[in-house]
Amino acid sequence: MSTKVLESRNINKYFYTAQTQHVLKDVTFSVNTGDFASIVGKSGCGKSTLLYILSTMDTDYTGDLFIDGEPMRLKTDAELASVRNEKIGFVFQFHYLLNEFSVVRNVMIPGLKLGKYSEKELEERAMEKLKIFGIEDQARKYPNQLSGGQKQRVAIARALINDPIIIMGDEPTGNLDKKNSEIVFELFQKLAREYKQTLLIVTHDMEFAKATDHVIEMEDGRIL
Amino acid sequence: MRFKLLSDIAIALALARWRQTLIAAVGVMFSITMFITLLGFMNGLNDMLDGLILNRTPHIKLYNELKPSASQPVQLASTYKDSYHFIRSIKPDAGRLEIYNVEPIMSAISKDDRVLGIAPKISTQVFYTVGAVDIAGMINGVDVDAENKLYYFSTYVTAGNYIDLKNIPNSIILGKAAADKMLAKIGDVVQVTTVTGEKQQLKVVGYFQSGINDIDKVQSYTSLSTAQKLLGQSRNYITDLQVKLKNIDLAPTMSKEYSILFAVDAEDIQTANAQFETGSNVRSLISYAVGITLLIVSGFGIYNILNMMNYEKMDSIAILKATGFSGSDVKRIFIMIALGIGVFGVMFGLIFGFLMSSVIDQIPFVTPALPSIKTFPVNYSLKFYVIGATFGIFTTYLAGYLPSRKASKVDPVVIIRGK
Repeated sequence: MSTKVLESRNINKYFYTAQTQHVLKDVTFSVNTGDFASIVGKSGCGKSTLLYILSTMDTDYTGDLFIDGEPMRLKTDAELASVRNEKIGFVFQFHYLLNEFSVVRNVMIPGLKLGKYSEKELEERAMEKLKIFGIEDQARKYPNQLSGGQKQRVAIARALINDPIIIMGDEPTGNLDKKNSEIVFELFQKLAREYKQTLLIVTHDMEFAKATDHVIEMEDGRIL
Repeated sequence: MRFKLLSDIAIALALARWRQTLIAAVGVMFSITMFITLLGFMNGLNDMLDGLILNRTPHIKLYNELKPSASQPVQLASTYKDSYHFIRSIKPDAGRLEIYNVEPIMSAISKDDRVLGIAPKISTQVFYTVGAVDIAGMINGVDVDAENKLYYFSTYVTAGNYIDLKNIPNSIILGKAAADKMLAKIGDVVQVTTVTGEKQQLKVVGYFQSGINDIDKVQSYTSLSTAQKLLGQSRNYITDLQVKLKNIDLAPTMSKEYSILFAVDAEDIQTANAQFETGSNVRSLISYAVGITLLIVSGFGIYNILNMMNYEKMDSIAILKATGFSGSDVKRIFIMIALGIGVFGVMFGLIFGFLMSSVIDQIPFVTPALPSIKTFPVNYSLKFYVIGATFGIFTTYLAGYLPSRKASKVDPVVIIRGK
């Protein structure tokens, strides 16, 4: 059985700079539970813009967005923050780890914010996630002591800590060399296959996209 | 749990730039230290200067003044009620200086709840006779116990024991400057002559030093009975009643009340010494202004460091927001940093302020004018510490408020997409 985790209906977005620019045009699509989906397109086609709207961080759009069946349009800033905390995991091009905290602590922070588990349980869960990615031995180190590929894996582990219903990635391999890209890609594969994790990844890497279940192609603000 | 997480992040951010954080905290500490020291020292001086006059001035003084009668007989006569009176060369009558019915007045006043105590006094002009020379002076006959209790008489007796005045008949405590002029040592006998020509031998039992040389040159003290004897008056001859109140602010109204009730002249302390209070107020005002300016300057320091942190930690703020921290969480984190700096600064500021005050309190300050003062006076009133702490925390909160609002408004999309 598969339900719609994420659904967008007629999403339009404009940039109001010197002249009004229509960046997203009637974007309608959905992602089901367990999907490993990717959004591809040339740079400037609006795919990242779309992802930030889907992630609830950008609220300046028209149309409707449903996450887990719930409408997002009229939620307050604080409500959206808790949706992001509980239901969405993010992986960005850059890792965005906090250098002041150890690796395991970085992974734990969104969990601590959610407050569902005790600190001890969370630490165990964080270690489990790190183990999936084979970096549990780095747990006590600080982010600036890790390599780029390792950092990105920590970032993915952090995205997983609250068992989100969907993980969104914005060019998660964009900053990595080929070898590390492959490792990260394999990890996404593993998450999708073994853990039935729903994934939505924005990429311009066609090879990456081809290996996913569901490719959403975009051009000039429209879904093809 | 939530609070702990936010405070953990706040501490991590503050420690990431610990040098700046420390400098901001030291800034607050310094200003609180100076605030406490300044106010303590300033108010210590104020208290001392006020004490010089105010402690020895009765809140209400009741006396009989020699003055021309306000209403002349012709004005009282009903026949000439509607006429205009020309009366020339009115002179004061040689009336009595003592207060009439002094016993009932004293017992009535001491029953009044608003009154702390009452000290009767006789003041009279005399001449100290030194060889062939007469020096003009003034003798105050006092009730030694009441005078000491209400007006700290013993503090100003720098040599000899003040209580001897009561115990030794025909004794006198001379003003230090007057004694120096007469070369009178303790145990010597001096001769005083009253205005009516009476001569009396009085034994010197001590020196009196008020801190104001002009007073010390003329004034000396005897007991009530010695003064009465000197003037050849009976035991109920009292010229002044000095009333001390529980609340000094009531003096003007109560002096009017007593003046009417007892048909005597009354003078309140505010009228007699208005300039002292003004001086104290202005000095306190200046020290508060300086202290608060210091605090505001340190507030700018905190504002600065938090603003800098805002720019430096933009990425961290963005990711916190992306992973589910709301704007108000971020705001709380920054307010916590500001208050953390504030609380530490204030705490150490209060401690150092106390230490500085204690150091100033140890610095010798000897002046012949102020015999009872050996070191710089410091006021340790808890009030300054409370005001300093409250104001310190308040300024740091204000300083943290603007940067925290800015941080809470950081748009994660702008930061993350900008990479």
